[in-house]
Amino acid sequence: MNAPRRGTYLNERFGALAFCPGCGHAQLVKAIDRALVKLQPDPSKVVIVTDIGCIGLSDRYFITSAFHGLHGRSITYACGIKLARPELRVIVLMGDGGCGIGATHLLNVARRNIAITLIIANNLNYGMTGGQHSVTTPFQGITSSCPEGNIETPIDLCATVAAAGGSWVYRGTVFDRALSDVIVGAIEHRGFSMLEVWELCTAYYAPRNKLDKKGLLSLLDRSGFKTGMIANAPRPEYSEQLRRIGRKKQTLLRNREQPIKEIYDNTVGKQIGIVLAGSAGQKIRSAATLFAQASMLAGLNATQKDDYPITVQTGHSVSEIILSPERIDYTAIDSPDYVVLISQDGFMATMDRFRRLTEHCTIFAHHGIELPQTNARCYSIAFAAASEPIGRNAIVIVALAVLLQISGLFPLEAFSDAIRRFSEKNAREINLHAVRIGKELAKKTKKE
Amino acid sequence: MGREFIDGNRAIARGALRAKCDFFASYPITPATTILQEMQASLPDNQGIAIQAEDEIAAIGFCIGASMAGRKVMTATSGPGMSLYSENIGLALMCETPLVIVDVQRQGPATGSATKGADSDILFSRWITSSGLPVIALCPATIEEAYELTYHAFNLAEKFRAPVIVLSNKEISMTRETVDLDRVKLQPVINRNRVLPDEAVFLPHAFTRPDEVPPFADFGGDRVTRHTTSTHDQAAYLTSHPRIIQEMIDHYFAKIDSAAEEIARVKTDFQQDAETLIISYGITSRSVAVAVREARSRGIKLSSLVLQTLWPTPEKAIRSAMTGVKKVVVPEMNMGQYRREIERLSPPEVKLVGVAKMNTQLLTPQEILEQGTVL
Ligand SMILES: Cc1ncc(C[n+]2csc(CCOP(=O)(O)OP(=O)(O)O)c2C)c(N)n1
Ligand code: SF4
Ligand SMILES: [Mg+2]
Repeated sequence: MNAPRRGTYLNERFGALAFCPGCGHAQLVKAIDRALVKLQPDPSKVVIVTDIGCIGLSDRYFITSAFHGLHGRSITYACGIKLARPELRVIVLMGDGGCGIGATHLLNVARRNIAITLIIANNLNYGMTGGQHSVTTPFQGITSSCPEGNIETPIDLCATVAAAGGSWVYRGTVFDRALSDVIVGAIEHRGFSMLEVWELCTAYYAPRNKLDKKGLLSLLDRSGFKTGMIANAPRPEYSEQLRRIGRKKQTLLRNREQPIKEIYDNTVGKQIGIVLAGSAGQKIRSAATLFAQASMLAGLNATQKDDYPITVQTGHSVSEIILSPERIDYTAIDSPDYVVLISQDGFMATMDRFRRLTEHCTIFAHHGIELPQTNARCYSIAFAAASEPIGRNAIVIVALAVLLQISGLFPLEAFSDAIRRFSEKNAREINLHAVRIGKELAKKTKKE
Repeated sequence: MGREFIDGNRAIARGALRAKCDFFASYPITPATTILQEMQASLPDNQGIAIQAEDEIAAIGFCIGASMAGRKVMTATSGPGMSLYSENIGLALMCETPLVIVDVQRQGPATGSATKGADSDILFSRWITSSGLPVIALCPATIEEAYELTYHAFNLAEKFRAPVIVLSNKEISMTRETVDLDRVKLQPVINRNRVLPDEAVFLPHAFTRPDEVPPFADFGGDRVTRHTTSTHDQAAYLTSHPRIIQEMIDHYFAKIDSAAEEIARVKTDFQQDAETLIISYGITSRSVAVAVREARSRGIKLSSLVLQTLWPTPEKAIRSAMTGVKKVVVPEMNMGQYRREIERLSPPEVKLVGVAKMNTQLLTPQEILEQGTVL
């Protein structure tokens, strides 16, 4: 059954209009109403989102769903609504004030091409707060915050939004005869549409600058800004694109994870801490993860924390691993049981720990790193030379294999197993080779 | 899934997905960034959307709009982004918009240390917006709890039509641990009450008793509905009527305050006749666990209360834990933020000792015992 045709989308509140006499906002609201009457949408399938300012009073006059949001942010809510329910018609009413404070949203919605309709009620100043200048106040225009005349150059909103990729951009005035048809066009556009409407603020900008209808039109003319259709270049809409990618991803969504069973034994009686220190690019973090996953295959609990400069491709890379047969509460390592140093960067980043090392600690340091005097046991090992056949990326795996072979924390086979299960495909063979190199190297290694 | 080795951010994303979150938007910031990646990798599963916004204001704005259109939404950030969320959190409170906000705290203020932990935003989360309306904030201590409390945050957000903040910390979100999330017990998923009365005019904020949670009409549903950031009546129309304004404010308070006991979640480890009680939350509670074992092994009697709900303050649990003890120690990874709440609730005869550190490092069990004068 068809719903009866609606003669208006305004409610009885519109009779007691809050706008000043002659305010352009009232004419704009009426034009939007006429456009809705032409389109005859179900009121519950239209959401009018208003910004702050006098224009923000207008949502209450419509019988549609509505949302009056924060200053400059109405575009963001409208995007959220549209993305959540693409079948809705979402219309934003924003003042020139909102275009300043929310300029980034204006550019980004245009760029993304989210299919909302943005109508800008440009009355060249902030009406609600008493007629201060906005980003669109003409040069030399008089406002309460620039009584000597505006010294700022106004933004050409339409040109700016068109340059940002706006797929439908139009500039008109509230006096345009066909304004409601233009609004229909904006709403029907399948993508982001922006309609900038010049109008009079009869309380502030118009009297201060002696503007009437004729004056406003001549001001627009003299501004050099284009009027009428400024851009109409349909292109793929954002949420359509999102859904396309989503469908693709869904078919790709693989089970990235697999549970880690307890397969091997271990000799770890209490919580121990291992500090693994090297340089960016040495795959410290991923090796630490493989080692921890291996320990889990051997029935242990593990934690891992990483420390590295924000500029990830340079400087140190340190991972702290804790292993324990029990649950691990405290995840910092105040006194490590093992320190594995594979580069000078790593040593520098962990140096201040060395004072505190006890005789319970064992250090495996790359040959050539000069360690301070400590109570710790120390192995100096030529990791790099031994790793030559497999390259720099696997030095850390060699070092961890040496640690495992000498410490006997859990079987080397658990490490190889974890590598087979969790290593990146292209690193798998090299890492397995690195474990074998580490095992041989350990046999040849003597304590210093 | 069984045993796995994952970090807190992955667990947070998993908790959200388990709660049927189907809309996520955020702006990248360490240590919260990987939640965006996790959500983007997984959300198509639920026909969901996960997007990167142009800034935090847009991120939370997208979420608010999507929630009003019926989605279950989440955003994630750290201290600097929380500042930018502030005004919209106020809007979500007054529009009664379900919304989960993850704050992975880092060392502040301002940019602070991007990759270092601190519980910087404990009080900030409570007083995050103008007006002082009550907020709900949960604080996980482990990766399992990050999963569980994120899931639970959705239930609270939906049930109370309110924003709910999950206060993680870099030390949880970016630390990997052995977990088995299958073993975490979860309550059934709660969705907002969408049973609307038949009346011709729908009231988006309908209540008779102030503590009632009004039913919610999604944008795009059968009924026309409204929301507004302006002071409004139950119909969501601007009002300047002082009586109605006060009724609405009372409603926002009553809705959360009256449910404080229901929202309160704590963990207790009390020892008979202990004269000292440690009250802690978040990552610090794990140092406390070690400290408690250490003290007891030395024959010192010691009790521990760990808060998983920080706001509204679990007053009853805190008060009852303090009865009979002589000393309360409050260790925090900040300069003593929650200590004020404990102070407010503690009987005059109880001695309060704060242990405060904010140098990006975890409080050590030793520091807690020594500076808390437990030993
Ligand atoms: C964050 C924020 N800053 C400032 C204000 C105060 N304010 C209210 S309306 C307004 C200007 C609105 O001007 P405009 O968008 O042009 O709308 P108009 O009143 O001209 O229709 C301002 C600055 C606010 N509401 N929120
Ligand atoms: S102040 Fe200006 S914009 Fe506001 S209602 Fe009056 S005329 Fe319209
Ligand atoms: Mg204006």
